[in-house]
Amino acid sequence: MCAIVVGLFGGLFASALMNGMIIQRIDAAIENESANIQIHHKEFQLNKELNDTIADMATIQSVLDTAKNISAWSSRLKITAMAATAANGFGVMINGVDPEKEKQVTRIWKCISDSNGTWLNDNRKNSIVIGEKLATKLKIRLRSKIILTFQSADQSVVSSAFKVTGIYKTQNTPFDERFVFVNNADLRPIVGFTRGQTHEIAIALRDDKVNDQVTSMLRKEFPNLSIQGWKELMPELGLMADLTTQMLYIVMVIILLALCFGIINTMLMAVMERTREIGMLMAVGMNRMKVFRMIMLETVILALSGGIIGMTISGFVIHIYARIGIDLTAFAQGMENIGFNAMVYPKLETSFYFGLTILVIIAGVVSSLIPARKALRLNPVEAIRTY
Amino acid sequence: MKIIDIKNLVKIYKEAEIEVAAIDGVSLTFEEGEFTTIVGPSGSGKTTMLNMIGGLDRPTSGSIHINGTDIGQLRSSQLIDFRLRNIGFVFQAYNLLPVLTAKENVEFIMQLQGKPKAEREKRAEELLQAVGLADRANSRPFKLSGGQQQRVAVARALASKPRFILADEPTANLDSKSADKLLEIMEILNHEHHMTFIFSTHDQRVVKRAHRVITLVDGKVASDEKTRIHEHI
Repeated sequence: MCAIVVGLFGGLFASALMNGMIIQRIDAAIENESANIQIHHKEFQLNKELNDTIADMATIQSVLDTAKNISAWSSRLKITAMAATAANGFGVMINGVDPEKEKQVTRIWKCISDSNGTWLNDNRKNSIVIGEKLATKLKIRLRSKIILTFQSADQSVVSSAFKVTGIYKTQNTPFDERFVFVNNADLRPIVGFTRGQTHEIAIALRDDKVNDQVTSMLRKEFPNLSIQGWKELMPELGLMADLTTQMLYIVMVIILLALCFGIINTMLMAVMERTREIGMLMAVGMNRMKVFRMIMLETVILALSGGIIGMTISGFVIHIYARIGIDLTAFAQGMENIGFNAMVYPKLETSFYFGLTILVIIAGVVSSLIPARKALRLNPVEAIRTY
Repeated sequence: MKIIDIKNLVKIYKEAEIEVAAIDGVSLTFEEGEFTTIVGPSGSGKTTMLNMIGGLDRPTSGSIHINGTDIGQLRSSQLIDFRLRNIGFVFQAYNLLPVLTAKENVEFIMQLQGKPKAEREKRAEELLQAVGLADRANSRPFKLSGGQQQRVAVARALASKPRFILADEPTANLDSKSADKLLEIMEILNHEHHMTFIFSTHDQRVVKRAHRVITLVDGKVASDEKTRIHEHI
């Protein structure tokens, strides 16, 4: 039974760890980067062409403001630019945002520590929030100046100086290196856009479970625009999420196979150890059906009690670590480079436990067939004389 | 009254293509209330004989009728049920279920017969009383001595109210005192309850107490002697 408990615990905890990491990565990507859904001009995502802006903002705004599953939305200008300082220069993606609306959609503003300044606000002109990694590469600090050079709406190249008022740090280093945030109100006149022009509308949902539903609703409303959920925007994450689900099923199958072998092994040993006992029962008149049922019942009880104890312990430990987290700081650099948080919070859905309980019972019944058959094939005359 | 009638019983085992006759044309009858031992050197066929009378093994030829039923003709499932209702077994190594108490071990066989709980409990207590173990009813086998365990086994064999009891070397693992006590109890059960006992044994203490001694040599009956006249016969 100990083997069943330890096996289940190992499998479940590893699954929860893996699942927790992926969920955190996806949540962070949604909360810091993409939001749940984005709207673009049909062509914008292909070439990031500056003039591929969304038309008719007023209609879109009225739909988004009235949709019940949408908690907030934010319009963004997205411009590829060169960020330069006296020391260095790097390519960046400028996110021109409405500071207050963006706060409701993503959590970048929460990724700025107290010593690293503040989020954008309308009172400070030409301020910029950049990632910590970019700051290190450009060798600049808070309140340093940074020159952004990019193409304007009339195809001319413009440059503008911005003052770093905030330095954010997410768990995704490549993101920190590439994305900078400025106020739309500052950016728009430099680019030469009017107030209604925008490249991207990022939408936050109350619950991501309705993502497909809202996406299709918006597609019907705005057939000329590109409406994409986060899985389409970040296919690698969508793939990772699907892969994780598949991996969980694979782990579940491995757990069950190990469980079956464990049970079969234990029960075959039990039948062998109790050969004389079973022989006696058959000799005195216990019929084959009863012997079969006895071994089967014992196996199922073993599987079920081991399964329940294993799952209870796993659930308890996973629950504790889901609150306090597992600190993988030793691998932090490597993990952040691929967008993962060094603090992992294991997580498993309750349905996974229920599913596994049912499968453990089935595994118990199936596994009992071999030892029960072995018991049935015993010859009572020989079995009684076994020592 | 005749309860076992054996005619021309033959049992042949095949070992590496060589046929060995463990029982070779034995014909015997057993009357109700007998206290009989089957003796003989090792390999003479004592245990094989007992196994076939008990329906644990099937004869190669010949027949065994128990109370008129030819047990060789019974299907496997019928034979199991027949054993449960007609034959009591006492094994050399006691073979009690270690997880059950003495009383539960006795009750167990009645549970297989489908007897109600109250009846089972009452009879188990009576039988443990009869074998002198009423005070150890709630002890598990590992807390009992060999002699005590074998007495529980006798109580268990009696629990199903069998026609007769087959005891294969019941005293082989016991010291003299325990063996005497066990045989004394068996004699009382035979005497007072008219229970038929058939032993296979090497033990002279058993032989001395038997009313009939059948000697097997090479699977054949070498002698069949009535040593004492039992008052019930």
